[in-house]
Amino acid sequence: MTYADNHSDTSEALPLGQVEDYLALLKPRVMSLVVFTGFVGMLVAPGTIHPVIGFIAILSIAIGAGASGALNMWYDADIDAVMSRTLNRPIPAGRLTGDDALYFGVTLAGFSVVVLGLATNWLAAGLLAFTIFFYAVIYTMWLKRSTPQNIVIGGAAGSFPPMIGWAAVTGTISIDALILFMIIFLWTPPHFWALALYKKGDYEAAGIPMLPNVAGERTTQNQIVIYSVLLTVTAFGPVLTGLVGWFYAVPAAVLGVIFSVLAVRVRFSEGREMKRRARVLFTYSLSYLFVLFVALLADVGLIKWFGVL
Amino acid sequence: MAEQKPLANRNEDEFLRRRRRRSIAIALALCTLVAIFYAITVIKLGPQILVRDL
Repeated sequence: MTYADNHSDTSEALPLGQVEDYLALLKPRVMSLVVFTGFVGMLVAPGTIHPVIGFIAILSIAIGAGASGALNMWYDADIDAVMSRTLNRPIPAGRLTGDDALYFGVTLAGFSVVVLGLATNWLAAGLLAFTIFFYAVIYTMWLKRSTPQNIVIGGAAGSFPPMIGWAAVTGTISIDALILFMIIFLWTPPHFWALALYKKGDYEAAGIPMLPNVAGERTTQNQIVIYSVLLTVTAFGPVLTGLVGWFYAVPAAVLGVIFSVLAVRVRFSEGREMKRRARVLFTYSLSYLFVLFVALLADVGLIKWFGVL
Repeated sequence: MAEQKPLANRNEDEFLRRRRRRSIAIALALCTLVAIFYAITVIKLGPQILVRDL
């Protein structure tokens, strides 16, 4: 008589996922960072964009990022099931099937790219399509499980949003867009390796070759320090190209020095204390990127809209 | 008398509730898509939208 009859003997697994489960597939927390960096890329780019078109572009970038998240959860359901951090994601928890996530992800990916292309230009749309492909196929399916350099290369996917935002406004990719890309690209390894240092056991259980498991903690700490210093230096790129002035340069210097000091502190510690410091670095790195981009936006905003500096 | 519904019925209620919420979510997504395409059309064409040379 009803659709539910066939499934009435299972009290837990109803055949329909909840709306909330589908939203969880989009990785809302990753999405918020993508929206933010894409938004900044769009606003600091020379030229103007109609506010409504700008909003649609950001929405498309966000949905595209969400689509890659869904595809990632579809493919990674087996390893998500063994890590405490990801155990409760919709598929390992049994609230959605793998196919649900796959179809959802592919549909959203297609719509986000087409809408971005129609609203802005096909360079931006192409970059978005490449980002989704890079994250879902190159990173998730290939690199993540095969090389300890997984997040270094995979981090490129997370570095594209400001470039897409930039391309949406200008229709081109300039040196400034590349610098914004490089900042996030260099930020990703120390960010995730700090996490991997204090969640080492988790990745080990899942068989993911994160750097601390493969090359050891000392190598990871050294790498974190190297990337932190490179990041601090690269963060000055926009000053050199003349995109921004001292209003960005001062916070960039302070933030970068703190980042490097925290990285060095992780390097010269061991055991429990090292894990505690790694956690501090991980938390700090999130605020670092946020404040750096706010400073970028504020500096460009002051020049662009108020003519100061 | 507040009697508990049998498990099968409760499951069916839950199923219908989820299907309803899902339908509403899909409807909202479609309406947003329509609004987006409308906005893109109007903004891209601008005043030209009224020019209809045949």
